[in-house]
Amino acid sequence: MDCNQSDYLLEMVGIKKEFAGVKALEDVNLRVKWGEVHALVGENGAGKSTLMKILSGMYPVGQYEGRILIRGTEQSFHSLKDSEKTGMAIIFQELTLVKQMTVSENIFLGNEIARRGIVDWNSTYEFTKKALGEVRLDLNPSTKVKNLGIGQQQLVEIAKAISKNAEILILDEPTAALTETESANLLQIVLELKNKGVTCIYISHKLNEVLQIADTITVLRDGRTIATEPAGNMSENKIISLMVGRELTQRFPRQEHVPGPVMLKVKDLTVYDPDIPDKVALKGISFEARKGEILGVAGLMGAGRTELATSIFGTYGRGISGEIFLDGRKLKPGTPREAIKSGLGYVSEDRKNNGLVLTMDIKNNVMLASYESATKLKVINQNEVIRHSNHFVSSLRIKTPSLEQRVQNLSGGNQQKVVLSKWLMTNPKVLIMDEPTRGIDVGAKYEIYNIMNDLVKQGVSIIMISSELPEILGMSDRIVVMHGGRIVAEMAASEATQEKIMSYATGGVKRG
Amino acid sequence: MDKGKETGAQRENGRNTAGDPFLTAVLQSLRANMREYTMVILLVGIWLVFTYLTNGMFIEPRNLSNLFLQSVSVAVLAVGMVLVIVAGHIDLSVGSLVGLMGAIAAYLQVNLNMGTVPVIIITLLAGILVGIWQGYWIAYRGVSAFIVTLAGMMVFRGMVIKVTGGATISPMNHSFKEIGQGYLPKLISTAPINDSSALLGLVVIGLYVFWQIRLRKSRVKYGFEVPDKKLFVLRLAATSLVIAFVFGIMTDYMGIPYAVLILMALTVLFNFMAEKTVFGRHIYAIGGNKEAARFSGINIRRTTMILFIIMGALTAVSGIIFTARLNAAGASAGNLFELDAIAAAIIGGASTMGGEGSVYGAIIGALVMASIDNGLSLMNADASLQYMAKGLILLFAVWVDIASRKRAT
Repeated sequence: MDCNQSDYLLEMVGIKKEFAGVKALEDVNLRVKWGEVHALVGENGAGKSTLMKILSGMYPVGQYEGRILIRGTEQSFHSLKDSEKTGMAIIFQELTLVKQMTVSENIFLGNEIARRGIVDWNSTYEFTKKALGEVRLDLNPSTKVKNLGIGQQQLVEIAKAISKNAEILILDEPTAALTETESANLLQIVLELKNKGVTCIYISHKLNEVLQIADTITVLRDGRTIATEPAGNMSENKIISLMVGRELTQRFPRQEHVPGPVMLKVKDLTVYDPDIPDKVALKGISFEARKGEILGVAGLMGAGRTELATSIFGTYGRGISGEIFLDGRKLKPGTPREAIKSGLGYVSEDRKNNGLVLTMDIKNNVMLASYESATKLKVINQNEVIRHSNHFVSSLRIKTPSLEQRVQNLSGGNQQKVVLSKWLMTNPKVLIMDEPTRGIDVGAKYEIYNIMNDLVKQGVSIIMISSELPEILGMSDRIVVMHGGRIVAEMAASEATQEKIMSYATGGVKRG
Repeated sequence: MDKGKETGAQRENGRNTAGDPFLTAVLQSLRANMREYTMVILLVGIWLVFTYLTNGMFIEPRNLSNLFLQSVSVAVLAVGMVLVIVAGHIDLSVGSLVGLMGAIAAYLQVNLNMGTVPVIIITLLAGILVGIWQGYWIAYRGVSAFIVTLAGMMVFRGMVIKVTGGATISPMNHSFKEIGQGYLPKLISTAPINDSSALLGLVVIGLYVFWQIRLRKSRVKYGFEVPDKKLFVLRLAATSLVIAFVFGIMTDYMGIPYAVLILMALTVLFNFMAEKTVFGRHIYAIGGNKEAARFSGINIRRTTMILFIIMGALTAVSGIIFTARLNAAGASAGNLFELDAIAAAIIGGASTMGGEGSVYGAIIGALVMASIDNGLSLMNADASLQYMAKGLILLFAVWVDIASRKRAT
C-alpha cells in the first residue's frame, strides 16, 4: 500500500471536546483503513461515545476541535444527515427504530421510495427483502418492529444502514442486549459485510468479541488515544493494561472502617428482564453487605449492576427467584415501599428520571420518601419540613439561595446532594448508591465521598455501584465484580488492582 | 438556568441601585410570584373591559354577586380538576356527572318525596361510588384517565337521560333550593346591610391575620428566616383588602350566598390538602415525576384512587348546587362543564404535563370563565361569542404562561 492519505478511509485528528468546562476528549486520533473492522475500546467514560457523536455529526462542527477526514477530504458535519451523505451509518446503543411501524417502514424511514409523495410499496418491499437478506434475516417486511426480539431489531438497524449503501458502519455496543447465539450471529454478519467491502468501527466492552473480529484496535483512556495496534499484536491482558493504566492519585478520602454484622444478605437471586422475554438479567447472585462498610460493585455497562440494585429495591424485574434479607427481615420483591420501611435506600444513577421531581422545590424533594416523619394526623408540619431540609442543606452544604428553589435550577452536584438528603431522611440501614458521582464536578465528588465515610461511621452499610475503577478502589472496603448478570469475583480492597477488576469485568479468564 | 436568575437579579439591582431596600424586597416578592399574579391581572383586566363596555353595570355589587354565584358549580369542579391535572390525569366525565348527580337528587326529592338531608347524603354517596368506579379502572386496571372518563362522559350522560326521562324534574323543596339560591340571613332583621355576612368577613380576615402571625412566630421560634416585617404587613393588608372586597360586594347586595360559602370552604380545604398533607404532596410528586415517586415508595395506585373518589364527591356537590340554583334537573344539565373546569384549572396555572397547578389558581380561572359568560350576556351578546371568547382567552392565558416561564428559566 502507498503511504499517502488515501491509505485511510477515515481519519479523526487531534479531536478535543469539552462539556461545560469538563474535558471529555483531550487529544484523540483515530485512523481507520479501508475495509477493516476497527475496534474502539476503553472504560466507561473514556470518550468512545462522545467521539462517535462527533464523527456522526450529532455534535456539529464548531462544538469540538480537530479535523475529520473521509477519503482524504476534510469534512464539516452539521448533522447526522451530513455524515450519512458520506456513506456513514451509525447504530447507537439505544435502538432508534419506531416500534409501532413495520420493518420496511423503519428501514426506509426518512428515505422513503416514493413518487410525488406517494410511497411505492412494491419497490419498498423488494428492497427491504434484499436488505434483510444481507443480514440473513428471514422476515416478512410488514412485521411490526415491536414483535421482534432485540437481536432481530439490531439486525434491522444494520439492514437499514445497508439500504443507505453505507460504506462505513459504526456499531456502538451492539451485543450489549443480545444473547450469546444472537451475538455470534451478529459478529458473523459483521465479518460478511467486511468481505463485501464495508468498513466497520466496532465499539465493545467484550474483549473476546473484539479480538475475534477486529483487524485493528484503538484504545482510549481519559479522552486520549493510548494505542492503535493491529489486533494480532494484542491480547486481553495487554488491552486491559492499556485501558486502565493510570496512576491512582489522592482523590479519595479513604478511611479504615470496621465492618460489623451482616445487614443485607442476597441469596441466589435470579431475575428476568421485564422487557425482553426469556432474557435472564441476573443469574444466581449471592452476596452480603455488612454494617459499617462500603461494598463496591464494579462492572462494565450492561453487566447488570443497576438491575441488581433495583431488583433488591423492588422496582425492576420479572420472574424473580431467590431471597433477600435486610437486617434479618425477608424483603418481598417488587415493593419499594416495604424496602424503604425496612431500611433500604437507593440513590439512583439517573437522578433526573428516578431521583428527583424537578418541578418541586428542595424541601419537598428532601421529604419525598419520608413525609410521615414530619406529620401529625397526615398533616405536614411545615416547620419540621423546613428544619429537616435546613439541616441537610447545611450539613451536606447544598448551595442554594433558598429551600424554595426548584431542584431543576441546581447544579448536578447539588441535585445529587438533594437526592442523598432524601434518602438520609429515611434513616437507611443499607444505602445503595448507583454511580453516586456521575456527572458532577471534582469538588462535589470529594464532598460526596466524605459524606459516605460519615455515614459508614454512623453504622450505615453502603453498597456503591461505580463505573470508575479509581472510585471503586479508592472508596470500597470490599469489591464484587459483575459480568453478564453474574457476580464473577469478590475480593478485599487491599487485594484489588485495576487490572484484576477489569479482567473479571470483561469476562476474562480467572487468574489465580 | 442559573444564569437567567442571576441576570434577573442583576437587572433588579441595576434598577434600584441606590433604592430603598424595602421597595426592592417588594419587587422581588412580586417577581417571585409573577405567575400567580399574571392570572389575577388577567381577571382584573377582563373586569375593567366589561365595566367599560357595560357602562359600569358589570362592576355593580348585584352583578358581581351573581357572577360569584354563577361560577360556583364550575369552580367546585375546578378545585378538584386542578388536582387531577396536577397528578397527570384528566377527567372528562365531570359535566355528565353534574347532570347525573343533579338528576339523582331531583328524582329522590320530587319522585320519592325524600327530605333534603337524606337526598344530599345519598347524592354524595353516589358521587363517591362513581369515583370508586372510575378510580378503579384508572389506578388498578391501568386504563388511561382520558379513556375511562371519556367512556364515563357517555355512560353518565346516558344515565342522566334515563333518570330524567328526557324531561325536566322539578320543583325542589325550599330547603334544597336555598343551597343554590339562598343567602346568609341577617342577624338583626332591621340592619341596613347584611350584618352576618359583614361579620363573617371580619371573622375571616381576623382568622387569616391571626393565623399568619402565629405562623410567623413559630417560624421565628424555630429560628428560621422570615421576610421583612414591613413586607409581611403589606402582604397581610393586601390580602385582607381582597377578602374585604369580596365580602363587601356580597354584603352590599344580599349577603353571602350559601353556595359561595360552600365554595370558599372547599377552596380553603383543598388548598390545605394540596399544600399541607402527605396525600397532596404525593399528588404533586406523582404528576411531576412518576418514576421518582415510585422510587420513593409512594403508593401511586392508592393516591390515584383516592383522588378520583374525591373528584366524584365534588361532582355531587356541584350537581346539588346547580340543581338547587335552577330549581330543576334536566337532561342537558352540566353539559360541557368538564371543559370549563379544565380550562379554569389551566388558566389558573396548572400544567397539562402534570406536577404544577394550584387550587387558588383554579378559582381565579373559574372566575375568568364566569366573568366572560356574565359580561357577554350583560351585553346581550350571542352565545356563539361566549364560546369564541372563552376559547381564545384559554389559548392566550396558556401562551402567556409559557412565554413568562421561558423568560423565568
